[in-house]
Amino acid sequence: MAGAIMSNRLPAAVTWVGFVALGLLVLPIVGLLQRAPWSSLPSILGESEVLEALRVSLIVSLAATAACIVLGLPLAFVLARRRLRFPRIVRAVVMLPMVLPPVVAGTALLFALGRRGLVGQWLDSWFGVSLPFTTAGSVVAAAFVALPFFVVTVEAALRQAGDDLDEAAATLGAGAWATLAHVTLPTIRPALAAGTALAWARALGEFGATLTFAGNFPGRTRTLPLETYLALERNPEAAVAISLVLMAVALAVLVTLRDRWMPR
Amino acid sequence: MTVTFDGRVARSGWALEVDGLEMDEGVTAVIGANGTGKTTLGRAVAGLDRLADGRLEIAGSVADDPAAGVFVPAHQRRVAMVFQDLRLFGHLRVIDNVAFGLRRAGADRAGARRQAGTLLERVGLDSAAWPRRPAALSGGQRQRVAIARALAPEPEVLIVDEPLASVDSSGRAQLRSLLGDSPARHVILITHDPVDVATLARRVVVLDAGAVAGRGSAAEVTASPGCEWAATFLGANVVPGRAHGTSVTTEGGLVLAVAEEAAGPVYVTFPAHAVTLHRDRPAGSARNAWQAVLSRVDIDGERARVHLGGPVAVKADITKHSADELDLRPGLTIWASLKATEVTIVT
Repeated sequence: MAGAIMSNRLPAAVTWVGFVALGLLVLPIVGLLQRAPWSSLPSILGESEVLEALRVSLIVSLAATAACIVLGLPLAFVLARRRLRFPRIVRAVVMLPMVLPPVVAGTALLFALGRRGLVGQWLDSWFGVSLPFTTAGSVVAAAFVALPFFVVTVEAALRQAGDDLDEAAATLGAGAWATLAHVTLPTIRPALAAGTALAWARALGEFGATLTFAGNFPGRTRTLPLETYLALERNPEAAVAISLVLMAVALAVLVTLRDRWMPR
Repeated sequence: MTVTFDGRVARSGWALEVDGLEMDEGVTAVIGANGTGKTTLGRAVAGLDRLADGRLEIAGSVADDPAAGVFVPAHQRRVAMVFQDLRLFGHLRVIDNVAFGLRRAGADRAGARRQAGTLLERVGLDSAAWPRRPAALSGGQRQRVAIARALAPEPEVLIVDEPLASVDSSGRAQLRSLLGDSPARHVILITHDPVDVATLARRVVVLDAGAVAGRGSAAEVTASPGCEWAATFLGANVVPGRAHGTSVTTEGGLVLAVAEEAAGPVYVTFPAHAVTLHRDRPAGSARNAWQAVLSRVDIDGERARVHLGGPVAVKADITKHSADELDLRPGLTIWASLKATEVTIVT
């Protein structure tokens, strides 16, 4: 952490507190690893409740990630390329789910899209669609909290790329759609991959907003994080096992991002 | 076929105003100091910047006329541009960068690559570089790719912004000849290189502070450059010749001593103020001295530009005071001298 060249200019106390902080981050991982039931791991993860939660988790997180791409890409373009009237307020709104307590997000969703919510009452009376306590509701909750991770990553890449290459494409006869498909998107491909991975990891780990908005119904809305929370009382070993899986996925995403897409 | 530019392009803090500029076929050199609007002129013709008012016509059809509500977007203009910062597509191979415009025009991948290969051969890029990404190429190689890419869709107008700056000197001659007989009808050449103007330009446009300060053939603009910057720029002498070691034999048979070694066909360039004039054979340290016939003297304020004929046409800038002292008049035979260290060799 403290490089040889810099160390003599850094007060020793700063270095020590820094290492304590690092320990704080590492400790839970160690705690999980030392309690891991390595030998019975396969059988625990093969239990039907766990497999069912895994299935729900994959469906919800992948659908939410797809929603983030479809909705987030245009939003990132609007933020990066359009002159907005209140850019700071718009950007704050976009980033809000990143800092909002997830349970607040879930509550807010309930009053917006719930059966008696602002929009939800019309969804219910016109289309007979009710989102709360359904798999679709879980997807909405996960997409809500994951969207900013995708948008912020892609917007930054679009800003960095600028429109120089788009101009060059235009002088070579490429219209707006051709430029988008053949120049802009390929240029920001690393950021698209990074944003997708971050959004997926966030959606996979979503707990609070899902529980509040979509409830906890096995086979429909009970995802791996919810299963972990329940298992903690019923079968702590199972909780540890699922936590290990979720942590391994999160670490894998970060390590891959660092190796390939993030500047070191 | 003409490009007619009569209008104003507003930028933040300043504007480019061009009154009735007509550019016929061939190479038009656009010169001027930095920040005078050269690039803006090119961008407006390409359709990357809009006119605030006025009218732009390309080959008889209106490309931009805000009053009439006409604006043909860049991708429909058949105006290609070689950008100063090149702007190659980093995610595409070199060959696909050049094929890009052909693909957008509807060519299939194989056909577009074949044509792109032909163009890359013409700009002299080694075929080993074709499958690589632009980032793996040298600055000079990237410049060749940018020129080939702009020529590929066979544009009506080719705008080249500072084209030869980063090419090494051997490549410069090759690319210069390529621009000289470019397949584009119009070449708008934004340049800082007097050799480009002397060897390529059929006409010259001088921009100064966002307006056209001078226009006409290279000779006409040299006679009345319209601004101080252009006067100095156009005052550069450009003389073709053949180098052998540290001397160059010019086309008129004059042998000039130079300070750098070269071989084969070259241009020697030296500023007009580097030439000094004498009534009698000079005895100083200047390595080069020759007798020349005075053909014309242009007086511009305190400066006199003296045009010398045979054995080589050379411009010399001296003060009006010296011109009076030397009693210069056309027909006079006079001695000219030039220090070898003032001469730059351009291959």
